[in-house]
Amino acid sequence: MISSRLRGRIGRGLLLALFAAFFLFPLYAMADFSTRNLIQGGRTLQAWMNLVQNEMLYRAIIVSLLLAVFTVVLMLVLLVPTMIWVRLRAPWGRRLVEFLCLLPLTIPALVIVVGLRNVYLWVVYFFGESALTLTFVYTVLVLPFAYRSLDAALSAIDLKTLAEAARSLGAGWTTTILRVVVPNIWSGILSAAFISIAVVLGEYTIASLSGYQNLQVVIVAIGKTDGPTSVAASLATLVFGFMLLLVLSLVTRGRRPGGASIASTAAQKGRP
Amino acid sequence: MTRNGVAVDFTDVTRVYGAVRALDGFTLHIEPGEMVALLGPSGCGKTTALRILAGLDEQTSGTVAVDGHDVTDVPPNKRDMGMVFQAYSLFPHLTVLDNVAFGLKLRGKARRERTDLAADMLDLVGLSEHKQKYASQLSGGQQQRVALARALAIQPRVLLLDEPLSALDAKVRVQLRDEIRRVQLEVGTTTLFVTHDQEEALAVADRVGVVNEGRLEQVAAPADVYAHPATPFVAEFVGLNNKVSAQVVDGRAHLLGMSMPAARGSIGSGSGVALVRPESVTVTADPAGAASVTSVAFLGPISLVHCALADGSPIVAQVGSAHTTGLAPGVQVTVGVEPAELLVVPAAAKP
Amino acid sequence: MAPAKRLRGPMSPAKRLRGPMSPAKRLREALPLVPFLVFVGIFLIIPTVTVIVSAFYRDGQFSLQRLGLLFSGTALAALWKSVVLSATTAGIGAVFGAVLSWLVVNSSPTSPLRRVVLSLCSVLAQFGGVALAFAFLATIGLNGVLTIWVRERFGFDLAGAGWLYSLRGLILVYTYFQIPLMVIVFTPALEGLRAEWREAAVSLGASRWQYWREVGFPLLTPAFLGSALLLFANAFAAYATAAALVSQGSPIVPLLIRAALTSEVVLGQSGFAYALALEMVVVVALVMIAYNLLVRRTSRWLQ
Repeated sequence: MISSRLRGRIGRGLLLALFAAFFLFPLYAMADFSTRNLIQGGRTLQAWMNLVQNEMLYRAIIVSLLLAVFTVVLMLVLLVPTMIWVRLRAPWGRRLVEFLCLLPLTIPALVIVVGLRNVYLWVVYFFGESALTLTFVYTVLVLPFAYRSLDAALSAIDLKTLAEAARSLGAGWTTTILRVVVPNIWSGILSAAFISIAVVLGEYTIASLSGYQNLQVVIVAIGKTDGPTSVAASLATLVFGFMLLLVLSLVTRGRRPGGASIASTAAQKGRP
Repeated sequence: MTRNGVAVDFTDVTRVYGAVRALDGFTLHIEPGEMVALLGPSGCGKTTALRILAGLDEQTSGTVAVDGHDVTDVPPNKRDMGMVFQAYSLFPHLTVLDNVAFGLKLRGKARRERTDLAADMLDLVGLSEHKQKYASQLSGGQQQRVALARALAIQPRVLLLDEPLSALDAKVRVQLRDEIRRVQLEVGTTTLFVTHDQEEALAVADRVGVVNEGRLEQVAAPADVYAHPATPFVAEFVGLNNKVSAQVVDGRAHLLGMSMPAARGSIGSGSGVALVRPESVTVTADPAGAASVTSVAFLGPISLVHCALADGSPIVAQVGSAHTTGLAPGVQVTVGVEPAELLVVPAAAKP
Repeated sequence: MAPAKRLRGPMSPAKRLRGPMSPAKRLREALPLVPFLVFVGIFLIIPTVTVIVSAFYRDGQFSLQRLGLLFSGTALAALWKSVVLSATTAGIGAVFGAVLSWLVVNSSPTSPLRRVVLSLCSVLAQFGGVALAFAFLATIGLNGVLTIWVRERFGFDLAGAGWLYSLRGLILVYTYFQIPLMVIVFTPALEGLRAEWREAAVSLGASRWQYWREVGFPLLTPAFLGSALLLFANAFAAYATAAALVSQGSPIVPLLIRAALTSEVVLGQSGFAYALALEMVVVVALVMIAYNLLVRRTSRWLQ
């Protein structure tokens, strides 16, 4: 009666529905939990308004956003010239750079933070005690993802010819990089930037064990007394991350190298 | 040379995908042991026909029969057909020997027996010393030979080749197509060979079927398809053609001051364009000639002499290189056509 | 007939004869790499080396005492629990993740399912951490949505006795990011299964089951096992989720490290942290080496 093809589709649809329920239900629960009015029953947006109204939380959001921006900038400034140089002038260094960039996949953040104490004594000495100094270590954390994205983008263009053409026309290295190469690897840069932002916003391990107050640390701290607000902030983080990656996958739709690299790098390191 | 194998019959097969008619009333009979090449441009339906025969695709209407029995309801893994794909079809995790023995293993043959049979097959295609290698260690041509051995190891009733040479280098392609023909003749299996390369089809097949937009335009021996194309499409697709203005009167074509019979399929009367093969064009140096040579391309044993006719239209003649003395750019010549039936098509015909 | 001259690319100059490179030249080439190398050296290499070295030193002298702490009851119990947690969630994640991957790969190529699922999986696998802990608190915590619903309907307390904060609870929460991680790692492998292999097997006489047994599963097994190893390493090194859920006690190694770092009571506790961190690095490195060995040989199959 029902053809085997139709039965297959129903079966697949059912399985997908089960997975959807398992994964989407907690997200729904977060939305429900965070809008519950515990005193009077019914709904309230108080927890969500706390994202701006709660002084500590608001400050932490700003700090994390700033950290994200600084990390992206530092990462790009460090990685883009290095990767270009390694491809054009120092091919012997390519494996070294690749190894170093992928090393953070094997060294857990927890281990880094344990060994970070001495280094950060110096950092604090030079740069003060602001949480923004986390930028340095965060740049290291995002190296694997950024490297993969940029590497894919650089492989997709004829870097050698572009650079030689620019230089033969009289451009210095800065101009060559900024005006000739960067516009051509834009999708890789965006990829690297978006993932870095998501990683920084979700980072907890290093911040908490180093005593800094970033977004996730504050969420956990608040969670002890004000559940709904923490849940609201967490949901906001997840949704924001999701939006970022969805936009990214739309933007890089035609160019597989950028998109596939996120998946494959994400593949090799979870950072919960 | 044994001729076993079975007959294959496509009867009025049609395959429709939404708005696209991939196959339209396709009818073809293949004799036991015969090798038929399906030739045509991309998307013409030739691969669709092959896949329907294999059972990997289902026809919308019409029947396919093997050895007289309708196979429409037979699942693809029970049709007993060997298939060779364009590329990448060898199982990467198995050695060459295990690849070839795969079909035999599925049929429950004992290990000893199937390795012996597989080894024989590899002998047949000349790859015995690569038995223990893996697909990634072989060249493209070698991989396709293994694929052929694997398909033949199960002694199929029909052998199906889906553009097996398209992914290979030009030189390998020529060597391998002769290999395939030699093996096919030796084993005698009925074979359907799909390709878009007309030289390939003409070189190896017993008969060539030219397919266009889902329809079989002509199926005949290679020499016939070449010399007596049944439709303008076939004439254009197979071999090189000159297009020379001609007039048809009373079943005779008049061009270049000569007259010869108009072939079947030509226009009834009036002006048109005659399709003339370069090797049928004659060029003689003649100070009083109406045409002139524009260039001569030396191709080794033959040369192509490009001329401009009195009205300026171009014509190419194929001449044995020994006979090109005196033919140089600018020389006046007389251009003629060897007497034969000529196909004359409408002037604005789009083949 | 003169032999044809071989051109090397569009108007590029002939390659200079490379003799031994002068050290000055080598240095000049290496100079622009210095900022990057120094940066990585300071913020990645030094901390790692600090951990490794400090595990072997105590009060400035070479000593195995810190390593010895790893064999104490607490440490071994935590190690065992970590291994159980990682192995269980790797297994569950691998199996269910493979199924979800298969569903995604088999969906119609035009549907947005694939893109949406992969984006969602990226977020859940990577950037969840704390957020996931709160997701589960909101669902089956003491006042969780599901807890309340079940309590009202069935009178059954789902969150009884803080179940969520125990090992079993952690297993449940961890699968929430292990399954998505598996989807991300395994989907490329599934997509690498060429249609030609299936069609070739079928034309040679294979039934569906035979195809999977002789071709499909053998080709996918290395990728599957490799992915499972990845999941193991991922769970073993995970910190944020457990830290957010479990505020008291330290059942697993990462939380034991937290205790060692934040405790101000017992002397020599920071030494304990170094030893534990070394243990973690060793376990993860071993698993990643096994992963690389497994995947490198066979990943070519499914490119």
